[in-house]
Amino acid sequence: MESTIKDSSLLPFFHFLGKKTMNVINNLGAVAIFFTLAFLKIFRPKQIREIIQQVFYIGAKSSNIVILVGLFTGMVLGLQLFYTLNKFGSQGVLGSVVALTLIRELGPVLTAIMITARAGSAMTAEIGNLRISEQIDALYTMRIDPQRYLVSPCIAASIISFPLLTALFDLIGILGGYLTGVVLLGVDKGAYFYRIHAYVNMVDIRGGFIKSLVFAVLVSTICCYQGYFTHLRTDSYGARSVSLSTTSAVVFSCVTILISDYVVTSFLM
Amino acid sequence: METPLIEFRGITKRFAGKTILDKADLSIYENQITTIIGKSGSGKSVLIKHIIGLLSPDEGSILFRGKPVHEMKKREWEGYRSQISYMFQNNALFDSMTVFENIALPLRQTTNLKKKEIEKKVMSRIEQMELTDATRKYPAELSGGMQKRVALARALVTDPAIVLFDEPTTSQDPIRRNIILSMIAHYRKKFGFTAVLISHDIPDVFFISDRILLLWEGKIAFNGSYEEFARLKHPMIDEFLMSIEGLRDELTGLLSKEMFKSRYAMTLGSGRADTIVTAVLFSFNLNFLSDLFRPQVAIEILKSMGENLNNYFGPLGGFSSRHSREEILTILPHLGIEKATELVNDFAQRLEKESLPEIQELIRDKIEAGECFEIFVNAGITEGSSSDEIEQIMKSADMNKKRIAKYLCGKERDSK
Repeated sequence: MESTIKDSSLLPFFHFLGKKTMNVINNLGAVAIFFTLAFLKIFRPKQIREIIQQVFYIGAKSSNIVILVGLFTGMVLGLQLFYTLNKFGSQGVLGSVVALTLIRELGPVLTAIMITARAGSAMTAEIGNLRISEQIDALYTMRIDPQRYLVSPCIAASIISFPLLTALFDLIGILGGYLTGVVLLGVDKGAYFYRIHAYVNMVDIRGGFIKSLVFAVLVSTICCYQGYFTHLRTDSYGARSVSLSTTSAVVFSCVTILISDYVVTSFLM
Repeated sequence: METPLIEFRGITKRFAGKTILDKADLSIYENQITTIIGKSGSGKSVLIKHIIGLLSPDEGSILFRGKPVHEMKKREWEGYRSQISYMFQNNALFDSMTVFENIALPLRQTTNLKKKEIEKKVMSRIEQMELTDATRKYPAELSGGMQKRVALARALVTDPAIVLFDEPTTSQDPIRRNIILSMIAHYRKKFGFTAVLISHDIPDVFFISDRILLLWEGKIAFNGSYEEFARLKHPMIDEFLMSIEGLRDELTGLLSKEMFKSRYAMTLGSGRADTIVTAVLFSFNLNFLSDLFRPQVAIEILKSMGENLNNYFGPLGGFSSRHSREEILTILPHLGIEKATELVNDFAQRLEKESLPEIQELIRDKIEAGECFEIFVNAGITEGSSSDEIEQIMKSADMNKKRIAKYLCGKERDSK
């Protein structure tokens, strides 16, 4: 009798847990299908123009913010690492430590977060607005596949832009480290670049490249998905639902970047 | 019997447990204008969204030329959809694209036409819709009426076989509303598409419709011609018309049809069957002028005719209402046919001498140099008694129709 009561008191909890788990699994499945379909539609005709346009918006227009953040990240790294390495008398390896930190870790992660904030939020807001003003329905009625026309170019452009912007971030970051380490703190210029050349190899660069590709897929898919299905939100309608979708897209993207960074790193190690 | 182009069989649609369409049956025939009327929120948009596949029914089936659309293969379904265009209630124009880009979008994305061909086609639609000055503007820079015309141009640019118009005249003034409806009727005739229209613009929309469907509590409560609709005496139709029709026709200032009926009953139906009444059925060659030139000319003439009739016969106790796109029925109570004929002749003289030249001035900027046309005014006069039905009087007046005035209207070419 007692166990029955206990069982029944736990039932709502398990019901709640089961429901939440099912929701998460359903959503993950929906996102996976959404990405697969959109990815396949990248290779349909009449996509080149749209993709180039998105590369301009996501890639070229994000380069300023990436340069700025990359420069200061490199400068801070130069300062902090000089201080730490100085304790061990190893300031000569500053170049390689700055470069490896940027190429393997900070470059892909910070670039992805920067693009999420700048272009990812714009993707969600734009697609969400198109959705609530029936423009996505209008595309459908004109026999233009909305996913092909709106989502696929964003995913393709992200896959192209993320690695390029990450490379730019890394390069500018290394120059930032040079500014503080060599120009301000007097580390030997030759040693700075020699250590980079000696310790950074293709495996490190490939790792950073793989991460940026993974982040590109995750960020673009999450941001487009949030905008595309903004009308299905149950917590709000209209413009409010677009703003909530944009917030969710940025938060989910940043969290996913950090989680997937750990997962990918553990695979690459 | 003719197979309907599109047929709904027992379509049911529910949203969050609420039944919007309840086993709705309807037929849409080829090359006709079918108008769906019904109260706001009765599910008219839901109904037409099923036609293009934006919504799918919970129960029932939709047939295209007798074939259920849900049984169509992908290619067949795409072929079916390629024949349909949809004009949204809120226009659904792309804010970040110019007028030209908005209209060109379906051609750029779904056809293999060359750039020049697309440009030619788009520019021709832009000119037809009188949007030339707005070609490079963004939708946000346009008035509501212009945005509507851009949406209409976009809907027609692919030369569709079926066009679905979801309240194409909302947020328009009476003249613009009539122009849009006339444009739909004109292009339907010119391009031969089938139009399905949702509209509240009574009576204007009736005059261009071949078929009326009344959606009432989720079901098609009436399906037939305007004449049948007007003849049908049913509390539901009366309730609907009373709820939607104003006291006066906004375009002409004449009485609305419902008001006309009650005025007729009130003025003449006081129990005395011997009250004399003379009815005059005026008609104008407006459809011809609309097709020959552009709807604006015909609408301006109609508007002016309405005002003239009101001003002349109103002080004499007469009252008028539009009974078709180019016919106005005027009732002159307590007047015999001889006196009424005298008045009509006097009115005709005034029309020829004063009003029609004024109309020419009104439409001067709407016609081009060298364009010339004739306005004909016909009138059929009949005498009846207050116990006669309006339809009976109209029929009799129609049989007596003869020309009472004409005017050669035009704009001379620049002598240089």
